[in-house]
Amino acid sequence: MTVMTYRQALNETLRAELARDPSVILIGEEIGVFEGSYKITAGLLAEFGPERVRDTPIAEEGFVGAAVGAAMLGMRPVVELMTLNFSLIAIDQIVNHAAKIYAMFGGQCPVPMVIRTPGGGGQQLAATHSQNLEVWYAHVPGLKVVAPSTPADAKALMTAAIRDDDPVFVLENLSLYNTKGEVPDGEHVAEIGKAAVVKQGTDLTVVAYSRATVIALDVARQLEDQGISVEVVDLRSLRPLDRETVCASVRKTSRAVVLEDDWLTYGIGAELAATIQEGAFDYLDAPVRRVAAAEVPLPYAKPLERVALPDAAALTKVIHEVLDATRFSR
Amino acid sequence: MAADPGVAPSDSTPSDVTTREHDLRDEPPEVLRGYYRQMALVRAFELKASEMYQRAKIGGYCHLNLGEEPTVVGLMSALEARDYLFTTYRDHGYALLRGMDTGRVMAELFGKTTGVSGGWGGSMHLFDMDARMLGGYGIVGGQIPPATGAALALTYRGAPGPDAEAVMCLLGDGTTNIGAFHESLNLAAVWRLPIVYVVVNNRLGMGTPVEKSSGEPLLYKRGCSYRIPGERVDGDDVVAVREAAKAALHTARTERQPMLLETVSWRLKGHSVVDPARYRSREETERLRSLDPVPAFRAHLLDLGVLDEAQAQAIDQDVEAEVDRAVAFADHSPDPTPDQLFDNAYAQEVANAPHALPGDPLMTGGSAGASTSGAAR
Repeated sequence: MTVMTYRQALNETLRAELARDPSVILIGEEIGVFEGSYKITAGLLAEFGPERVRDTPIAEEGFVGAAVGAAMLGMRPVVELMTLNFSLIAIDQIVNHAAKIYAMFGGQCPVPMVIRTPGGGGQQLAATHSQNLEVWYAHVPGLKVVAPSTPADAKALMTAAIRDDDPVFVLENLSLYNTKGEVPDGEHVAEIGKAAVVKQGTDLTVVAYSRATVIALDVARQLEDQGISVEVVDLRSLRPLDRETVCASVRKTSRAVVLEDDWLTYGIGAELAATIQEGAFDYLDAPVRRVAAAEVPLPYAKPLERVALPDAAALTKVIHEVLDATRFSR
Repeated sequence: MAADPGVAPSDSTPSDVTTREHDLRDEPPEVLRGYYRQMALVRAFELKASEMYQRAKIGGYCHLNLGEEPTVVGLMSALEARDYLFTTYRDHGYALLRGMDTGRVMAELFGKTTGVSGGWGGSMHLFDMDARMLGGYGIVGGQIPPATGAALALTYRGAPGPDAEAVMCLLGDGTTNIGAFHESLNLAAVWRLPIVYVVVNNRLGMGTPVEKSSGEPLLYKRGCSYRIPGERVDGDDVVAVREAAKAALHTARTERQPMLLETVSWRLKGHSVVDPARYRSREETERLRSLDPVPAFRAHLLDLGVLDEAQAQAIDQDVEAEVDRAVAFADHSPDPTPDQLFDNAYAQEVANAPHALPGDPLMTGGSAGASTSGAAR
């Protein structure tokens, strides 16, 4: 085990996979000389050269689509989109091409590519640079979508994504890049499509992913001191969705709250609430609650931005409301 | 064939045809007979596809190469087996001449398991990895970035040279206005990729003339911003198309210089099978019939003595029979069965892949017993 940041875990994983497999190439804006807007690719140009770490013009549709075509010929491109927001410029290539080519051509041509990009608000980047659009991609058959919440998972899920034969969307998060954690040395590969119970508990389940998992764990630890035992399920994979792990937890605790960074309506939490009511209906003691972002283009001003985003206080409040509604007593 | 003013690429720009002077008598007769057979095959296939569409054997959208046969033959005779092809949704002729089995192409149109894409793609999405035809694409311009990326992949495989692989990417005239075209040409230029973009200009984007949709209607010039050389040829002239495509491919493979080729021809019928092309006057439709390049080529070969009438009729009957056999094959091929619905969901198996049909339960176990607290109270 080595303690490192989420950023370092991603950087070292990219380095390891570039060294391991000559078909792996990195493609993106400013990933070479500039070393990436968020420095995830620092040092890789110097080590692997401009053909393996390929800077692009500002042309998301063009270079994401080029990655699709390179993957069709057997390369394993890992595309960096500067932020999740810019994926919208490439969405035809992601949704109509990367996600379709394997099935639409009758299973003749895999598209083994990765799109990695940070989501996340809270950086005062205003409305167009602060969105959490992961549900758009989680909605699309043919894609796999993963969302690591820890440095260890950043390594395990990124490694799995690069080695996977399908297009995998890896959702990173701006506010996680500097978080630290223990990362296993050597081979550490996750199984895509599996959630994890990251904290055991008996009274209530919080389901979360990415940054929300970190908040959920903080809240769960604080509530532990008050005698409330919260179980935390980290989805890790948004598509496929591990419904069974979620429902097994709720069957045990009988109460569920979803913490999500996206907007409330039609969000990840809506899917989870539907899943839980179908997979754990008779076990529920209270309606499933969702803690999600306020439905507004995110403002720049800090007081407005802060109140719009889901946080520990909102999650704590909702957990207490659910417990109170079920006359929970310690 | 000398340039005929009557087949200038556009009535407003007749002086901008780039002709490649040549004499058909310089071509080996068996090559010319082969070209006629290929044109006749594409023509017969497309007419049969239209008929099968009317009979509801074919669904969805169905776009035909009628009028573009010399272009199809010229381009495909220039493309080497080692090269890769990306096309638009108007892809039947290219699939046939790229070597896909006529029966399996028709079976794809019929939606059968024996189709070249297993019945998953239909008319617009013909694909064969072995033939290195990596798709017809239904989204206008959608094929251009992946084709560009395929050319990028080739740069990792080997050095440039006369035997190197290259990519040919076809697109329509209207597609030169979409962002993906310009982003891709720019990438190909800055990355020095072995790719030839071919604008198959049939003068109409659905019903909109090139001059009304393109600020620079001389489409071969649209690579200028990226210093990509362009050439425009008469798409009715199979040898001119072949020579221009060969030259462009040679430059692409030896110099990794992306190239832009424009072929200009007439779309004889509507945009797709269901389009009656009412935006054309009766005179225009009559004129187009008189310009039909397939009977013109046949007549030309008869004039030259390369073909005699009996040989020409034998070819016509031969391709008719081939297309009839293709229909019979498609008709007798099995439909996919519902149990195959998720066969192509992912290339690599994954935990918890969703396999629910409409109306299936998401989960079991939700009502398997009383709750530990609530329901019991």
